[in-house]
Amino acid sequence: MSDWSRAVGTRPVEDHATTVGTATGNRGLQIEEKLIFEQDSPGRCGVDLVDPLPFRTRLGGLERQGRIGLPGLSEPQIVRHFTRLSQKNYAIDSGLYPLGSCTMKHNPRLNEKLARLPGLADIHPLQPVSTVPGALALIDTLAHWLKTLTGMPAIALSPGAGAHGELCGMMSICAALEARGERRSRVLVPESAHGTNPATAAACGYAVDSVSSNPRGRVDIGALRTKLDTDVAALMLTNPNTCGLFEDEILEIAAAVHAVGAFFYCDGANFNAIVGRVRPADLGIDCMHLNLHKTFSTPHGGGGPGSGPVALAASLAPYAPLPWQARGPDGPGLVEHKEGDAQQSIGRLKGFHGQMGMFVRALAYMMSHGADGLRQVAEDAVLNANYLRVRLESDLSLSFPGPCMHEVLFDDRFLTGTGITTLDFAKALIDEGYHPMTMYFPLVVHGALLIEPTETESKASLDEFVETLKVLAAKARFGETTFFHGAPHYTPRRRLDETAAARKLVLRWCAEPVNQQAEE
Amino acid sequence: MRYLPLTDRDRSEMLAAIGVDSVDALFADVPSAARLEGLVDLPKAKGELEVERAITEMAARNIAAGSVPFFIGGGVYRHHIPATVDHLIQRGEFLTSYTPYQPEISQGTLQYLFEFQTQVAVLTGMEVANASLYDGATACVEAVMMANRLTRRRKAVLSGGTHPHYREVCETYARFVGFELAALDPALGDAEDLTELVGPDISCVVVQNPDFFGEIRDYSDLARACHDVGALLVVVVTEILSLGAIRPPGEMGADIVAAEGQSLGNALNFGGPHLGLFASRDKYVRQMPGRLAGQTIDADGRRGWVLTLSTREQHIRRERATSNICTNSGLCALAFTIHLGLLGETGLTRLARLNHATAVGLAERLERIPDVQLLNRAFFNEIALRLPRPAAAVVDALAEKGVLAGIPVSRLYPNRVELAEVLLVAATEMVTTTDLDRFERELKDVLS
Amino acid sequence: MSALRFTRDHEWVRLDGDFAVVGITDYAQSQLGDVVYIELPKIGHRVEKGKEAAVVESVKAASEVYAPVSGEVADINETLTADPAKVNTDPMGEGWFLKLRFDDPQELDDLMDETAYTRFVAEQH
Repeated sequence: MSDWSRAVGTRPVEDHATTVGTATGNRGLQIEEKLIFEQDSPGRCGVDLVDPLPFRTRLGGLERQGRIGLPGLSEPQIVRHFTRLSQKNYAIDSGLYPLGSCTMKHNPRLNEKLARLPGLADIHPLQPVSTVPGALALIDTLAHWLKTLTGMPAIALSPGAGAHGELCGMMSICAALEARGERRSRVLVPESAHGTNPATAAACGYAVDSVSSNPRGRVDIGALRTKLDTDVAALMLTNPNTCGLFEDEILEIAAAVHAVGAFFYCDGANFNAIVGRVRPADLGIDCMHLNLHKTFSTPHGGGGPGSGPVALAASLAPYAPLPWQARGPDGPGLVEHKEGDAQQSIGRLKGFHGQMGMFVRALAYMMSHGADGLRQVAEDAVLNANYLRVRLESDLSLSFPGPCMHEVLFDDRFLTGTGITTLDFAKALIDEGYHPMTMYFPLVVHGALLIEPTETESKASLDEFVETLKVLAAKARFGETTFFHGAPHYTPRRRLDETAAARKLVLRWCAEPVNQQAEE
Repeated sequence: MRYLPLTDRDRSEMLAAIGVDSVDALFADVPSAARLEGLVDLPKAKGELEVERAITEMAARNIAAGSVPFFIGGGVYRHHIPATVDHLIQRGEFLTSYTPYQPEISQGTLQYLFEFQTQVAVLTGMEVANASLYDGATACVEAVMMANRLTRRRKAVLSGGTHPHYREVCETYARFVGFELAALDPALGDAEDLTELVGPDISCVVVQNPDFFGEIRDYSDLARACHDVGALLVVVVTEILSLGAIRPPGEMGADIVAAEGQSLGNALNFGGPHLGLFASRDKYVRQMPGRLAGQTIDADGRRGWVLTLSTREQHIRRERATSNICTNSGLCALAFTIHLGLLGETGLTRLARLNHATAVGLAERLERIPDVQLLNRAFFNEIALRLPRPAAAVVDALAEKGVLAGIPVSRLYPNRVELAEVLLVAATEMVTTTDLDRFERELKDVLS
Repeated sequence: MSALRFTRDHEWVRLDGDFAVVGITDYAQSQLGDVVYIELPKIGHRVEKGKEAAVVESVKAASEVYAPVSGEVADINETLTADPAKVNTDPMGEGWFLKLRFDDPQELDDLMDETAYTRFVAEQH
């Protein structure tokens, strides 16, 4: 038994396998799979189509000439191809995904079933409104649930994702200031903020001014007050913040922001910590985007689609983007143009009405939980994160003492002198069967490790995760650098050369030697 | 509650381990004035059966496209999606995975994104494509902003044939992001002369092909005119299937293509989620918004893929990012990749031809109706008709007769009286001869 | 050997007759990690002291490179396009970014010499 396992009190699983090469390069169920472009058979097709009777084309002489360049595969080959690809992916369905501020909770399949009902999936946004009363009622119901949970009087449903929602919020604020006859040039953003916040503010032409944190990991209200003046359009805050901490001075912050006539924008990525227990309206927030793909369980899908509705205070409601939900004598409807009450709307941010497919999923999720269940979600999310905190604080370096909310922040002080970085630590965690936690974010601590378990992890799952991290931390302390530096060892691919990828860009397959060389 | 694994016993044990009496202690930082003691005013938890009933009831009140003769297009098109597509995208490893920031355990996602990028590039006739944006409209405005960055100019010209929603999105961004947009009035036929408006102060000209009214044109001359003054040509495509039949923007000299990919693999979904496609030239790649999957090798020398050029993106560049975009349209892109993978070269060409044939059949019938005028010289699968009466009322009357006849242009351009009689009608491979018979008969009836 | 000076943003500048050669320091390249791309200004472009002159990109960061002195860009290191790694391997030599025809030698006065810069870097930790 080596020193580290004696220290932790475990016996490592004996590894009898030596590295054995295979003829195919496959490793049991882990199959090497070429690109579809490398499996072409000209003329082959995976769809059976009828051909039309002879007809006179009317393409204006602009028929496509020559080969497009798409490969031909049969249906069984396509099924096998994408099945094999899927087997190389980690997913929530496979295991814990402790990514901070991503809220990787279980994605219910009921949501998938309901989103596919023909009455919801097979309707066109520009059908006569009289033919889709149920869709409008669903949107209206979703809006009601989100307004009630946030306490805000209005909600803009069209933004396509969180970052788009931030843009919506900032544009609404800009419009509100213009309506007041004011031009302000700065937006304040905490140094711990997610990158989309300053990117959004800059996109709207604002100069971004960073506000430092205090030693307790919250916004330094003294520093904030110094920077607040009538040239500040807004403060963009995340609450709970990206260190997993509730901004306990938030009411004072809101008052200070409003005192100079600025707006208080809240990034709602971390709403999972407080849903059903706190309403953003009661915190003095003017504008908050929600991530339906975080708090409300719509699937991450490998990177999207998302949905980022924005809850708005009365001061910003007149500027909400189109379309608006309307209540007419015949029931819910849509306002699609800048007319009537919507004259001051900022206009459209996206085509059509918003991410209806995600609305259905989110509503099904909310109805399944109900007011009581949603409150329990926040409580269990916070409980799970604090449980991890107390069980890991002596093995990893807790960045801020005291309770956290739904996520807990550690930094790399525990790795000092080991020769092992946060990155190495995370890659070793992959070998243990886990997706790593968020690394190197937020930037306010060195080598950050941000862990958000969510409420859909069982205690047993958390205990296993804790034990794994304890072992890894012990290994690091005992200087097992080879294990860490070579990690991951057991994944479909080992560490990939990101420098080479950026220096010699290959962003598509080409029928040329360059792709074959990379394979050899 | 079936989604919450913690039992009351678990909770007690965990609270004890943490050293607090109740979970309320963990919410101590919330100001007391903001603490909700009770539940919010919403219904309580419902079981699966109840939720299914409630939402199914809402769904049942809508007329689904598949239940009636259906002819609506206008930027969202109804096509047949092979059963395989939906089964594959619902595999948990695709559905419930995250953005591929840890490439070693995301090769599935990264490989299909690389295939998707290749498909979009070859389809549009361009050199490089990104891993998708939210939709065609946001892709369009991102193209304009990219052209502004590349040319260091702040004025864009937008053809009147651009989809009105795309135009409106560009107008919103122009106002708040701070650039000038010369958006031309919607023009039928060849009334518009864009080459006249091309000058050295212009960053780009945006055209749509086929345009909002279904017309197809050759933009090669316009491309040359733009390049002569150092401006870029942006081509928008709202019906991506058209590129299976007509000359792609890349062959006309386009610099950026902003398109909607919904037609392949993705249902109507009442307008979302859809799929923004974005393609350009290699020399402009560093100014492209959105994610990019790039090829590389791993520590064992084997080919693999990673997200690359991330330094353009918000999470690194922050204020100086090319865009604030974070999420893409991953699962919709996967559906596109699978559908187009099944179709292949032959299938796409045949499917496009079938669409055009159906639309030609429709056009031949409708242009024979007295007082109905076909406005297109050329078209793919969507046509514009001028009726003898306001089209909105005709569409409503036809809806009552159980035919979803198309889009009255006045729905999108309510203030343009000269367009009040124009109707957009789309005919995809989903339209049958019976549907065509019904449409012709009911339209004649309504107009008489 | 001509005068070598350093800025607080970790650029170096070396006088070479009428020209000022500019690059980033060894400390800067070590902080950036593997350099993948450099965005250089056009020849003839004017740069102002303290304002952005170039951008250097690594896998994990993108950084502005500020002009230590004002002047007109006389030459740029085009070899960096094919081989950005030079910035990592030889930041003070072959990894140079640009040559300026500079306006005013007095602009160098408030920059650090090698000793002062070494001390400055030590204080960063």
